[in-house]
Amino acid sequence: MSSDAFAVDVQLHRGGAKIAAAFTAPAGLTALIGRSGAGKTSVLDMIAGLLRPDIGRIVVGGTVLFDSDAGIDLPPEARACGYVFQDLRLFPHRRVRDNLLFGWRLAAPERRWMSPDTAADFLGIAHLMERWPATLSGGEAQRVAIGRALLSAPRFLLLDEPLSSLDMARRAGIIAVIARIRDELKLPILYVSHENAEVEQLAGTVITVD
Amino acid sequence: MLTPTEWGIIWLSLKVSAAAMAVTLPVAFGLAYVLARRRFAGWLLLDAVVHLPLVLPPVVTGWLLLLAFGANGPAGRVLATLGISVMFRWTGAALASAVMALPLMVRAMRLSIEGVDRRLEGAARVLGAGRWRAFATVTLPLAMPGVLAGLVLGFARSVGEFGATITFVASIPGETQTLPLAIHDALQTPGGENEVTRLAVVAVLLSLGALLGSELLVRRGRGGVAHVL
Repeated sequence: MSSDAFAVDVQLHRGGAKIAAAFTAPAGLTALIGRSGAGKTSVLDMIAGLLRPDIGRIVVGGTVLFDSDAGIDLPPEARACGYVFQDLRLFPHRRVRDNLLFGWRLAAPERRWMSPDTAADFLGIAHLMERWPATLSGGEAQRVAIGRALLSAPRFLLLDEPLSSLDMARRAGIIAVIARIRDELKLPILYVSHENAEVEQLAGTVITVD
Repeated sequence: MLTPTEWGIIWLSLKVSAAAMAVTLPVAFGLAYVLARRRFAGWLLLDAVVHLPLVLPPVVTGWLLLLAFGANGPAGRVLATLGISVMFRWTGAALASAVMALPLMVRAMRLSIEGVDRRLEGAARVLGAGRWRAFATVTLPLAMPGVLAGLVLGFARSVGEFGATITFVASIPGETQTLPLAIHDALQTPGGENEVTRLAVVAVLLSLGALLGSELLVRRGRGGVAHVL
Protein backbone atom coordinates (compact mmCIF):
# COMPACT_ATOMS: atom_id res chain seq x y z
CA MET A 1 0.00 0.00 0.00
CA SER A 2 2.89 2.32 0.71
CA SER A 3 3.98 2.14 -2.92
CA ASP A 4 0.72 3.76 -4.00
CA ALA A 5 0.72 7.49 -4.66
CA PHE A 6 -2.86 7.79 -3.43
CA ALA A 7 -4.65 5.61 -0.91
CA VAL A 8 -8.09 7.00 -0.22
CA ASP A 9 -10.97 5.48 1.72
CA VAL A 10 -13.49 8.09 2.84
CA GLN A 11 -17.15 8.46 3.66
CA LEU A 12 -19.14 11.63 4.02
CA HIS A 13 -22.82 12.27 4.52
CA ARG A 14 -23.91 15.56 3.03
CA GLY A 15 -27.53 16.52 3.19
CA GLY A 16 -29.32 13.29 2.27
CA ALA A 17 -26.54 12.03 0.04
CA LYS A 18 -23.70 9.74 0.95
CA ILE A 19 -20.37 10.17 -0.74
CA ALA A 20 -18.09 7.18 -0.45
CA ALA A 21 -14.86 6.57 -2.29
CA ALA A 22 -12.24 3.91 -1.78
CA PHE A 23 -9.35 3.50 -4.15
CA THR A 24 -5.61 3.29 -4.44
CA ALA A 25 -3.70 4.71 -7.34
CA PRO A 26 -0.08 4.38 -8.47
CA ALA A 27 2.18 7.24 -9.50
CA GLY A 28 1.34 8.91 -12.78
CA LEU A 29 -2.01 10.27 -13.80
CA THR A 30 -5.12 8.69 -12.38
CA ALA A 31 -8.53 9.67 -13.68
CA LEU A 32 -11.58 9.77 -11.44
CA ILE A 33 -14.61 9.53 -13.66
CA GLY A 34 -18.30 9.32 -12.93
CA ARG A 35 -21.54 11.08 -13.69
CA SER A 36 -22.05 14.69 -12.63
CA GLY A 37 -23.08 14.94 -9.02
CA ALA A 38 -21.41 11.67 -8.01
CA GLY A 39 -19.21 13.57 -5.58
CA LYS A 40 -15.95 13.62 -7.51
CA THR A 41 -15.21 17.20 -6.54
CA SER A 42 -16.06 16.38 -2.93
CA VAL A 43 -13.44 13.63 -3.01
CA LEU A 44 -10.84 16.14 -4.22
CA ASP A 45 -11.95 18.63 -1.55
CA MET A 46 -11.48 15.95 1.10
CA ILE A 47 -7.98 15.16 -0.17
CA ALA A 48 -7.12 18.88 -0.21
CA GLY A 49 -8.49 19.33 3.31
CA LEU A 50 -11.33 21.68 2.38
CA LEU A 51 -13.96 19.11 3.34
CA ARG A 52 -13.70 16.80 6.32
CA PRO A 53 -14.81 13.18 5.81
CA ASP A 54 -17.02 11.65 8.50
CA ILE A 55 -14.72 8.67 8.66
CA GLY A 56 -11.84 7.35 6.65
CA ARG A 57 -8.19 7.65 5.78
CA ILE A 58 -6.29 9.61 3.15
CA VAL A 59 -2.64 8.82 2.43
CA VAL A 60 -0.71 10.54 -0.35
CA GLY A 61 2.86 9.55 -1.15
CA GLY A 62 3.19 7.78 2.20
CA THR A 63 2.06 10.82 4.23
CA VAL A 64 -1.14 10.45 6.24
CA LEU A 65 -3.24 13.54 5.55
CA PHE A 66 -6.36 12.34 7.31
CA ASP A 67 -7.13 9.40 9.54
CA SER A 68 -10.32 9.50 11.59
CA ASP A 69 -9.22 6.53 13.76
CA ALA A 70 -5.86 8.10 14.60
CA GLY A 71 -7.34 11.59 14.94
CA ILE A 72 -5.14 12.98 12.17
CA ASP A 73 -6.50 15.87 10.11
CA LEU A 74 -3.82 18.06 8.55
CA PRO A 75 -5.06 21.57 7.71
CA PRO A 76 -5.10 22.40 3.98
CA GLU A 77 -1.98 24.57 4.22
CA ALA A 78 0.05 21.62 5.58
CA ARG A 79 -0.90 19.13 2.85
CA ALA A 80 1.41 20.39 0.05
CA CYS A 81 -1.41 19.92 -2.40
CA GLY A 82 -1.64 21.57 -5.80
CA TYR A 83 -5.32 21.97 -6.59
CA VAL A 84 -6.61 23.36 -9.87
CA PHE A 85 -10.26 24.07 -9.17
CA GLN A 86 -12.92 23.64 -11.80
CA ASP A 87 -13.85 27.29 -11.25
CA LEU A 88 -10.12 28.21 -11.08
CA ARG A 89 -10.54 30.68 -8.16
CA LEU A 90 -7.87 33.10 -9.27
CA PHE A 91 -7.66 35.98 -6.81
CA PRO A 92 -9.54 38.83 -8.54
CA HIS A 93 -7.72 41.53 -6.57
CA ARG A 94 -4.23 40.39 -7.56
CA ARG A 95 -2.47 40.52 -10.88
CA VAL A 96 -1.42 37.32 -12.61
CA ARG A 97 2.09 37.66 -11.20
CA ASP A 98 0.85 37.86 -7.62
CA ASN A 99 -1.57 35.00 -8.20
CA LEU A 100 1.32 32.86 -9.44
CA LEU A 101 3.57 33.82 -6.57
CA PHE A 102 0.94 33.46 -3.83
CA GLY A 103 1.81 29.88 -2.93
CA TRP A 104 5.45 30.18 -4.01
CA ARG A 105 6.08 32.90 -1.43
CA LEU A 106 4.48 30.79 1.30
CA ALA A 107 6.47 27.65 0.50
CA ALA A 108 9.73 27.14 2.38
CA PRO A 109 12.61 27.85 -0.07
CA GLU A 110 14.04 24.32 0.29
CA ARG A 111 10.66 22.82 -0.68
CA ARG A 112 10.31 24.81 -3.91
CA TRP A 113 11.07 22.79 -6.98
CA MET A 114 10.11 25.18 -9.74
CA SER A 115 11.05 28.79 -10.30
CA PRO A 116 8.45 31.34 -11.40
CA ASP A 117 10.36 31.90 -14.68
CA THR A 118 10.41 28.19 -15.44
CA ALA A 119 6.71 27.90 -14.72
CA ALA A 120 5.91 30.90 -16.93
CA ASP A 121 7.88 29.44 -19.85
CA PHE A 122 6.51 25.96 -19.26
CA LEU A 123 2.94 27.25 -19.45
CA GLY A 124 3.50 30.03 -21.98
CA ILE A 125 2.14 32.75 -19.71
CA ALA A 126 5.16 35.02 -19.32
CA HIS A 127 3.40 37.78 -21.26
CA LEU A 128 0.39 37.79 -18.93
CA MET A 129 2.18 38.78 -15.71
CA GLU A 130 0.75 42.30 -15.35
CA ARG A 131 -2.81 41.39 -16.38
CA TRP A 132 -5.78 41.16 -14.02
CA PRO A 133 -7.50 37.75 -13.87
CA ALA A 134 -10.79 39.23 -15.12
CA THR A 135 -9.12 40.13 -18.43
CA LEU A 136 -7.82 36.62 -19.21
CA SER A 137 -9.37 34.25 -21.72
CA GLY A 138 -10.50 30.83 -20.50
CA GLY A 139 -7.36 29.11 -21.74
CA GLU A 140 -5.07 31.78 -20.26
CA ALA A 141 -6.83 31.66 -16.89
CA GLN A 142 -6.58 27.86 -16.89
CA ARG A 143 -2.81 28.04 -17.47
CA VAL A 144 -2.38 30.63 -14.72
CA ALA A 145 -4.35 28.46 -12.31
CA ILE A 146 -2.15 25.47 -13.15
CA GLY A 147 0.97 27.62 -12.75
CA ARG A 148 -0.19 28.93 -9.38
CA ALA A 149 -0.72 25.36 -8.18
CA LEU A 150 2.67 24.13 -9.48
CA LEU A 151 4.54 27.05 -7.91
CA SER A 152 3.13 26.35 -4.45
CA ALA A 153 5.61 23.45 -4.26
CA PRO A 154 3.02 20.66 -4.21
CA ARG A 155 3.82 16.98 -3.73
CA PHE A 156 0.77 16.01 -5.79
CA LEU A 157 -1.75 17.63 -8.09
CA LEU A 158 -5.55 17.59 -8.14
CA LEU A 159 -7.16 18.66 -11.42
CA ASP A 160 -10.92 19.17 -11.45
CA GLU A 161 -12.38 19.09 -14.96
CA PRO A 162 -9.51 21.20 -16.34
CA LEU A 163 -10.90 21.11 -19.89
CA SER A 164 -14.55 21.78 -19.18
CA SER A 165 -14.50 25.55 -19.73
CA LEU A 166 -12.36 25.40 -22.87
CA ASP A 167 -13.23 25.15 -26.54
CA MET A 168 -11.76 22.31 -28.62
CA ALA A 169 -8.84 24.38 -29.91
CA ARG A 170 -7.70 25.29 -26.40
CA ARG A 171 -8.16 21.78 -25.05
CA ALA A 172 -5.25 20.34 -27.02
CA GLY A 173 -2.90 22.90 -25.51
CA ILE A 174 -3.93 22.17 -21.92
CA ILE A 175 -3.81 18.40 -22.54
CA ALA A 176 -0.23 18.81 -23.75
CA VAL A 177 0.63 20.79 -20.61
CA ILE A 178 -0.89 18.12 -18.36
CA ALA A 179 0.98 15.37 -20.20
CA ARG A 180 4.23 17.26 -19.67
CA ILE A 181 3.51 17.69 -15.96
CA ARG A 182 2.89 13.94 -15.75
CA ASP A 183 6.04 12.97 -17.71
CA GLU A 184 8.59 15.67 -16.90
CA LEU A 185 7.65 16.71 -13.37
CA LYS A 186 6.67 13.21 -12.22
CA LEU A 187 3.94 14.54 -9.97
CA PRO A 188 1.19 12.13 -8.96
CA ILE A 189 -1.98 13.57 -10.47
CA LEU A 190 -5.62 12.92 -9.68
CA TYR A 191 -7.74 14.08 -12.57
CA VAL A 192 -11.49 14.43 -12.34
CA SER A 193 -13.59 14.23 -15.47
CA HIS A 194 -17.03 13.20 -16.58
CA GLU A 195 -15.85 12.40 -20.11
CA ASN A 196 -14.18 9.13 -20.95
CA ALA A 197 -12.74 10.43 -24.20
CA GLU A 198 -10.51 13.12 -22.73
CA VAL A 199 -9.28 10.79 -20.03
CA GLU A 200 -8.18 8.03 -22.38
CA GLN A 201 -5.42 10.20 -23.80
CA LEU A 202 -3.89 10.92 -20.42
CA ALA A 203 -4.63 8.46 -17.68
CA GLY A 204 -2.59 5.47 -16.65
CA THR A 205 -5.31 4.41 -14.23
CA VAL A 206 -9.04 5.01 -14.41
CA ILE A 207 -11.28 4.85 -11.37
CA THR A 208 -15.05 5.15 -11.55
CA VAL A 209 -16.89 6.91 -8.76
CA ASP A 210 -20.62 6.46 -8.33
CA MET B 1 -17.05 83.41 7.58
CA LEU B 2 -17.02 81.42 10.81
CA THR B 3 -16.25 82.81 14.26
CA PRO B 4 -13.52 81.23 16.41
CA THR B 5 -16.26 79.75 18.60
CA GLU B 6 -17.85 78.11 15.59
CA TRP B 7 -14.50 76.73 14.43
CA GLY B 8 -14.11 75.36 17.94
CA ILE B 9 -17.48 73.63 17.67
CA ILE B 10 -16.52 72.05 14.33
CA TRP B 11 -13.14 71.00 15.66
CA LEU B 12 -14.76 69.43 18.73
CA SER B 13 -17.28 67.59 16.54
CA LEU B 14 -14.53 66.17 14.35
CA LYS B 15 -12.51 65.17 17.41
CA VAL B 16 -15.49 63.44 19.01
CA SER B 17 -16.34 61.59 15.80
CA ALA B 18 -12.74 60.61 15.08
CA ALA B 19 -12.43 59.14 18.58
CA ALA B 20 -15.78 57.38 18.14
CA MET B 21 -14.62 55.82 14.87
CA ALA B 22 -11.28 54.71 16.30
CA VAL B 23 -13.14 52.78 18.99
CA THR B 24 -15.99 51.52 16.79
CA LEU B 25 -14.03 50.36 13.75
CA PRO B 26 -12.59 47.17 15.27
CA VAL B 27 -15.79 46.48 17.23
CA ALA B 28 -18.02 46.96 14.17
CA PHE B 29 -15.75 44.84 11.97
CA GLY B 30 -15.63 42.05 14.55
CA LEU B 31 -19.41 42.06 14.93
CA ALA B 32 -19.90 42.21 11.15
CA TYR B 33 -17.56 39.27 10.68
CA VAL B 34 -19.25 37.18 13.34
CA LEU B 35 -22.74 37.99 12.02
CA ALA B 36 -21.69 37.29 8.43
CA ARG B 37 -19.80 34.07 9.01
CA ARG B 38 -20.99 32.32 12.14
CA ARG B 39 -24.29 30.80 13.18
CA PHE B 40 -24.76 30.10 16.87
CA ALA B 41 -27.39 30.12 19.58
CA GLY B 42 -28.08 33.77 20.30
CA TRP B 43 -27.11 34.91 16.80
CA LEU B 44 -30.51 36.49 16.28
CA LEU B 45 -30.33 38.21 19.66
CA LEU B 46 -26.87 39.63 18.92
CA ASP B 47 -28.10 40.85 15.54
CA ALA B 48 -31.08 42.53 17.21
CA VAL B 49 -28.99 44.15 19.97
CA VAL B 50 -26.51 45.54 17.42
CA HIS B 51 -29.38 47.08 15.47
CA LEU B 52 -31.18 48.40 18.55
CA PRO B 53 -29.68 51.93 18.45
CA LEU B 54 -31.02 52.25 14.90
CA VAL B 55 -34.65 51.89 15.98
CA LEU B 56 -34.64 52.89 19.64
CA PRO B 57 -35.47 56.54 20.43
CA PRO B 58 -31.98 58.12 20.79
CA VAL B 59 -33.09 59.60 24.10
CA VAL B 60 -33.56 56.07 25.42
CA THR B 61 -30.11 55.04 24.19
CA GLY B 62 -28.67 58.06 26.00
CA TRP B 63 -30.57 57.19 29.14
CA LEU B 64 -29.31 53.57 29.00
CA LEU B 65 -25.77 54.93 28.65
CA LEU B 66 -26.41 57.09 31.72
CA LEU B 67 -27.51 54.02 33.66
CA ALA B 68 -24.47 52.03 32.52
CA PHE B 69 -21.77 54.70 32.72
CA GLY B 70 -23.14 56.90 35.51
CA ALA B 71 -21.35 57.00 38.86
CA ASN B 72 -23.43 54.05 40.08
CA GLY B 73 -23.62 52.19 36.81
CA PRO B 74 -21.68 48.93 36.32
CA ALA B 75 -19.47 50.31 33.52
CA GLY B 76 -19.10 53.64 35.34
CA ARG B 77 -17.77 51.92 38.45
CA VAL B 78 -15.23 49.91 36.46
CA LEU B 79 -14.00 53.11 34.76
CA ALA B 80 -13.94 54.89 38.14
CA THR B 81 -11.45 52.36 39.53
CA LEU B 82 -9.20 53.38 36.61
CA GLY B 83 -9.76 57.03 37.47
CA ILE B 84 -11.76 57.64 34.30
CA SER B 85 -15.15 59.25 33.96
CA VAL B 86 -16.90 59.88 30.68
CA MET B 87 -19.76 61.81 32.29
CA PHE B 88 -20.13 65.32 30.87
CA ARG B 89 -16.84 64.83 29.02
CA TRP B 90 -16.14 64.87 25.29
CA THR B 91 -15.19 61.21 25.62
CA GLY B 92 -18.79 60.56 26.71
CA ALA B 93 -20.04 62.34 23.59
CA ALA B 94 -17.72 60.11 21.56
CA LEU B 95 -19.14 57.04 23.30
CA ALA B 96 -22.73 58.07 22.61
CA SER B 97 -22.09 58.79 18.95
CA ALA B 98 -20.10 55.55 18.62
CA VAL B 99 -23.04 53.51 19.88
CA MET B 100 -25.40 55.32 17.52
CA ALA B 101 -23.10 54.81 14.51
CA LEU B 102 -22.43 51.14 15.22
CA PRO B 103 -25.49 49.58 13.49
CA LEU B 104 -24.90 51.45 10.22
CA MET B 105 -21.25 50.42 10.20
CA VAL B 106 -21.97 46.79 11.00
CA ARG B 107 -24.56 46.64 8.20
CA ALA B 108 -22.21 48.00 5.55
CA MET B 109 -19.28 45.85 6.65
CA ARG B 110 -21.36 42.70 7.01
CA LEU B 111 -22.67 43.02 3.45
CA SER B 112 -19.15 43.33 2.10
CA ILE B 113 -17.89 40.35 4.12
CA GLU B 114 -20.85 38.26 2.94
CA GLY B 115 -19.90 39.25 -0.60
CA VAL B 116 -16.44 37.72 -0.31
CA ASP B 117 -16.32 34.37 -2.12
CA ARG B 118 -15.35 31.82 0.52
CA ARG B 119 -14.03 29.51 -2.16
CA LEU B 120 -11.21 32.01 -2.66
CA GLU B 121 -10.27 31.58 1.00
CA GLY B 122 -10.20 27.82 0.45
CA ALA B 123 -7.90 28.35 -2.52
CA ALA B 124 -5.56 30.44 -0.35
CA ARG B 125 -5.51 27.73 2.33
CA VAL B 126 -4.61 25.01 -0.18
CA LEU B 127 -1.83 27.26 -1.51
CA GLY B 128 -0.27 27.26 1.94
CA ALA B 129 -1.88 30.16 3.80
CA GLY B 130 -2.98 29.57 7.37
CA ARG B 131 -6.35 30.80 8.58
CA TRP B 132 -5.07 34.22 9.57
CA ARG B 133 -3.03 34.78 6.42
CA ALA B 134 -5.97 33.75 4.22
CA PHE B 135 -8.05 36.31 6.09
CA ALA B 136 -5.42 39.05 5.73
CA THR B 137 -4.60 38.41 2.07
CA VAL B 138 -8.00 37.48 0.65
CA THR B 139 -10.96 38.25 2.92
CA LEU B 140 -9.86 41.63 4.24
CA PRO B 141 -8.73 43.19 0.93
CA LEU B 142 -11.88 42.00 -0.86
CA ALA B 143 -14.10 43.35 1.93
CA MET B 144 -12.12 46.60 2.26
CA PRO B 145 -14.30 48.87 0.08
CA GLY B 146 -17.34 48.00 2.21
CA VAL B 147 -15.34 48.47 5.41
CA LEU B 148 -14.23 51.95 4.32
CA ALA B 149 -17.75 52.82 3.18
CA GLY B 150 -19.06 51.72 6.57
CA LEU B 151 -16.44 53.85 8.27
CA VAL B 152 -17.35 56.96 6.28
CA LEU B 153 -21.08 56.41 6.87
CA GLY B 154 -20.47 55.84 10.57
CA PHE B 155 -18.39 59.00 10.76
CA ALA B 156 -21.18 61.04 9.16
CA ARG B 157 -23.79 59.48 11.43
CA SER B 158 -21.62 60.22 14.43
CA VAL B 159 -21.07 63.87 13.46
CA GLY B 160 -24.86 64.25 13.28
CA GLU B 161 -25.61 62.52 16.59
CA PHE B 162 -27.94 64.52 18.83
CA GLY B 163 -30.43 62.72 21.05
CA ALA B 164 -28.26 60.19 22.81
CA THR B 165 -25.45 62.73 23.26
CA ILE B 166 -27.54 65.48 24.83
CA THR B 167 -29.22 62.96 27.12
CA PHE B 168 -25.97 61.31 28.16
CA VAL B 169 -23.50 64.20 28.51
CA ALA B 170 -25.67 67.34 28.10
CA SER B 171 -24.63 70.30 25.95
CA ILE B 172 -21.55 71.87 27.50
CA PRO B 173 -19.82 74.45 25.27
CA GLY B 174 -16.24 73.45 24.55
CA GLU B 175 -16.66 69.99 26.03
CA THR B 176 -19.72 68.14 24.74
CA GLN B 177 -21.42 70.73 22.55
CA THR B 178 -20.97 69.23 19.11
CA LEU B 179 -22.30 70.66 15.86
CA PRO B 180 -25.93 69.49 16.12
CA LEU B 181 -26.11 70.47 19.80
CA ALA B 182 -24.71 73.90 19.00
CA ILE B 183 -27.29 74.38 16.22
CA HIS B 184 -30.03 73.36 18.63
CA ASP B 185 -28.77 75.80 21.29
CA ALA B 186 -28.44 78.62 18.75
CA LEU B 187 -32.02 78.03 17.68
CA GLN B 188 -33.12 78.62 21.28
CA THR B 189 -31.09 81.84 21.48
CA PRO B 190 -32.68 85.13 20.27
CA GLY B 191 -30.64 86.45 17.32
CA GLY B 192 -28.91 83.12 16.77
CA GLU B 193 -30.30 82.66 13.24
CA ASN B 194 -27.07 83.56 11.44
CA GLU B 195 -25.07 81.09 13.51
CA VAL B 196 -27.67 78.43 12.82
CA THR B 197 -27.36 79.05 9.09
CA ARG B 198 -23.56 78.92 9.08
CA LEU B 199 -23.37 75.75 11.18
CA ALA B 200 -26.17 74.10 9.18
CA VAL B 201 -24.26 74.74 5.94
CA VAL B 202 -21.19 73.09 7.49
CA ALA B 203 -23.34 70.12 8.55
CA VAL B 204 -24.80 69.73 5.05
CA LEU B 205 -21.33 69.88 3.45
CA LEU B 206 -19.89 67.32 5.87
CA SER B 207 -22.78 64.91 5.34
CA LEU B 208 -22.81 65.30 1.57
CA GLY B 209 -19.06 64.73 1.41
CA ALA B 210 -19.37 61.57 3.49
CA LEU B 211 -22.20 60.15 1.37
CA LEU B 212 -20.35 60.84 -1.87
CA GLY B 213 -17.18 59.43 -0.40
CA SER B 214 -18.79 56.17 0.69
CA GLU B 215 -20.60 55.79 -2.64
CA LEU B 216 -17.32 56.27 -4.54
CA LEU B 217 -15.59 53.71 -2.32
CA VAL B 218 -18.29 51.12 -2.93
CA ARG B 219 -18.19 51.74 -6.69
CA ARG B 220 -14.44 51.42 -6.83
CA GLY B 221 -14.83 48.24 -4.81
CA ARG B 222 -17.28 46.69 -7.26
CA GLY B 223 -14.71 46.97 -10.03
CA GLY B 224 -12.09 45.24 -7.95
CA VAL B 225 -14.39 42.49 -6.74
CA ALA B 226 -15.46 41.44 -10.25
CA HIS B 227 -14.77 37.75 -10.35
CA VAL B 228 -13.07 35.82 -13.10
CA LEU B 229 -15.39 33.47 -15.07
